[in-house]
Amino acid sequence: MMYLSVTPSPHNLGTNKTSRVMASVMLATVPGVATLIYFFGYGVLFQIAICCLTAILSEMAILKLRQKDIAINLKDNSALLTGILLGISIPPLAPWWIGVIGTCFAIIVAKQLYGGLGFNLFNPAMVGYVLLLISFPVAMTNWLMPLELSHVVLSFSDYISAIFTGVTTTGLSIHELRLGIDGITMATPLDTLKTDLTLGLTSGESMQKPVFDSLGGIGWFWVNIAFAIGGLALLKLKVIRWHIPVAVLGSLLFFSLIGYLLNPDSQGSSIFHLFNGATMFGAFFIATDPVTAATSNKGRLLFGCFIGLLIYVIRTFGGFPDAMAFAILLANMTVPVIDYYSKPTTYGRGGNNE
Amino acid sequence: MNRYAELTWQGLWKNNPGLVQLLGLCPLLAVTSTLTNALGMGIATIAVMVGSNGTISLVRQWIPKEIRIPIFVMIIAGFVTCVQLLFNAYAYGLYQSLGIFLPLIVTNCIIIGRAEAYASKNTLLPSIYDGFIMGLGFTIVLLLLGSVREFLGQGTLFDGAHLLLGDWATVLRIEIVKIDQSFLFIMLPPGAFVVLGFIIALKNALNSKVESVFEPPVESEKPQRVRVSKS
Repeated sequence: MMYLSVTPSPHNLGTNKTSRVMASVMLATVPGVATLIYFFGYGVLFQIAICCLTAILSEMAILKLRQKDIAINLKDNSALLTGILLGISIPPLAPWWIGVIGTCFAIIVAKQLYGGLGFNLFNPAMVGYVLLLISFPVAMTNWLMPLELSHVVLSFSDYISAIFTGVTTTGLSIHELRLGIDGITMATPLDTLKTDLTLGLTSGESMQKPVFDSLGGIGWFWVNIAFAIGGLALLKLKVIRWHIPVAVLGSLLFFSLIGYLLNPDSQGSSIFHLFNGATMFGAFFIATDPVTAATSNKGRLLFGCFIGLLIYVIRTFGGFPDAMAFAILLANMTVPVIDYYSKPTTYGRGGNNE
Repeated sequence: MNRYAELTWQGLWKNNPGLVQLLGLCPLLAVTSTLTNALGMGIATIAVMVGSNGTISLVRQWIPKEIRIPIFVMIIAGFVTCVQLLFNAYAYGLYQSLGIFLPLIVTNCIIIGRAEAYASKNTLLPSIYDGFIMGLGFTIVLLLLGSVREFLGQGTLFDGAHLLLGDWATVLRIEIVKIDQSFLFIMLPPGAFVVLGFIIALKNALNSKVESVFEPPVESEKPQRVRVSKS
C-alpha cells in the first residue's frame, strides 16, 4: 500500500541555514583577500589566521562560561566569520596581539555578552576594529604601501617574524618598511589626502603623489573591485539583498558628488570615495549583516543611505581617514528606530480604512 | 546585627554606592584611570562625607523641610571647598590631575543621598559612621577600578603616587608588565564603563555566597499558611 505523508506547510524548505549563509559570505571574501595579498603581501593571511583562531577559542571559552552547547553554537560559523572580517580590516603587519585583543573583545563583549548570535546590537567585527583603532591608533594606521612601490622584497618568513617580533628577519622595523625609496613614509591614499589637505595642498596636488594612480590609490581600486565581485556573488546567491549595498554606495556617490562639485580643491572625487579604503568591503560584507542591519526593505534603504552619508561626512570632516566602522556602528544604533517606523503594514490593514 | 555592623554591611556590600546604587558614576568613571587618582578621589570623598553627614546630623532639627536640599548643598559645598584648598596646598600635582572632578564632588549623588536618607534623621555618631563607611565602600570600588584600569592600560600600579603621598612614594610604583603602547580604550571613560560592568557582574556572581556567610537568615514574618489550596 502506498503511504502518503501529510505534513503542514511549508513544503519547499530553503537551504539557507545560518552556517551555510556564513560559509558563503566567507567564500565570497576570497577574491578580495586574494587581491589584498597580491598588492600588500601575505601579512593579511596571517592576520586572518590569528583572528580566526582567537575567535574560535574565545567563543568556546565564553560558551562554556555561559553553559551553552559548544558544538552546536560553534557550528554556525558566525565566530569564524567575525574573525575573517576583522582579520581583513587589520593592517597586514600589525603585531599579533592586536588581532587577539580585537577578536576577544568582538566575540566576548560585543557578541556573547549581549546574548549571542542574533541578539547583538552592534556588528562584532566592527566593534573589535573600533576598539583597536581608538586604543592603538599608531599600529592600526600602519598600512603597508603597495608592493610595487616598496623597495624591500619580503619573504614568507619575514612576514611571520614582523608580526610576532616587530622586525623582519633582516632586522627592519615596520616603520622602516613603510618608507618609500625617497625616505618618506607612505600612508594609505585616504590618509595621504587627509594629511595633505591639512598641509594646505589641494586634492589635485595631493593626487600627484606616487601612492595614487589615475584610478585612485594604487592597489586599492582593484581591492575594492574584487570585494564588489564577491559581494555581487552573494547577491546572486540571495545571501544578501540589494537594498543595503545599493543605498550605501548610492548615497556615498550622491553626497561626495555634491561635495566635490562645490569644493573640488579640498575633497576627493566620487570615484576616489567609492573605490578607496573599505567602501566595497563595508557595503557588501559588513553593512549587510542580517543581525545588526534594519529588517524591512524600506528600512534597509534608509539604513544604507545613513551609512553612506556618515562615511562621506567622517572621511571629509572627521579626524580619522576611513570611516566605515564608525559609520556602521552609528547606523547600528539607529536600527531599532528605523525598524519601528518602517514596519510593513499587514495585508488588509493601513491605508485610509484604518 | 547591631546598628554599626548593619551600617558596615550596607555600605561595603549590600548597598555599596559604587556597585549597587550606581551613584557618583561621574567621578567613578572619570578619575579612575590610575590608582593614585582613585585613592585621592576616595580620600576626598570620605572626608567630605564624614564632615557633611556630621554637620547635617547636628543641625537637622533646625532645617526647614521645604528648603533642606539647598541647605545640604551649601554644607557639602563648604566641605568640598575645604578639601579642595587642602589638596591645592599639600598635593598640588594630584590637585591638577583630578582637575574639575575635585570641586564636582559637590554634585556627587552619594553625598547628598546619604545626607537626605540618613544624616537628616539620625544622631551624630551613627551619621558620621554612615558617612565614613559609605565613603569607604565607594573608595574600595574606586581603588579596584583604578588598579584594573591602570594595570590593563599601562601595565603599572601606583604610577605617580608621589603626587599624593610625597616624594618617598615613588618607590610604590610597580611596573608589572612593560607595555610599549598603552591601551587607550581602557584609560578612556568607555573602558571604565566596561570594566565597571565586569566588576558589577563579579559582585552579582559572588552575591549569594557572601550573603550566606555574612547575613543572618531573615526570619520570615509572614504567618505560615495552615491550609494550602491547590490554586
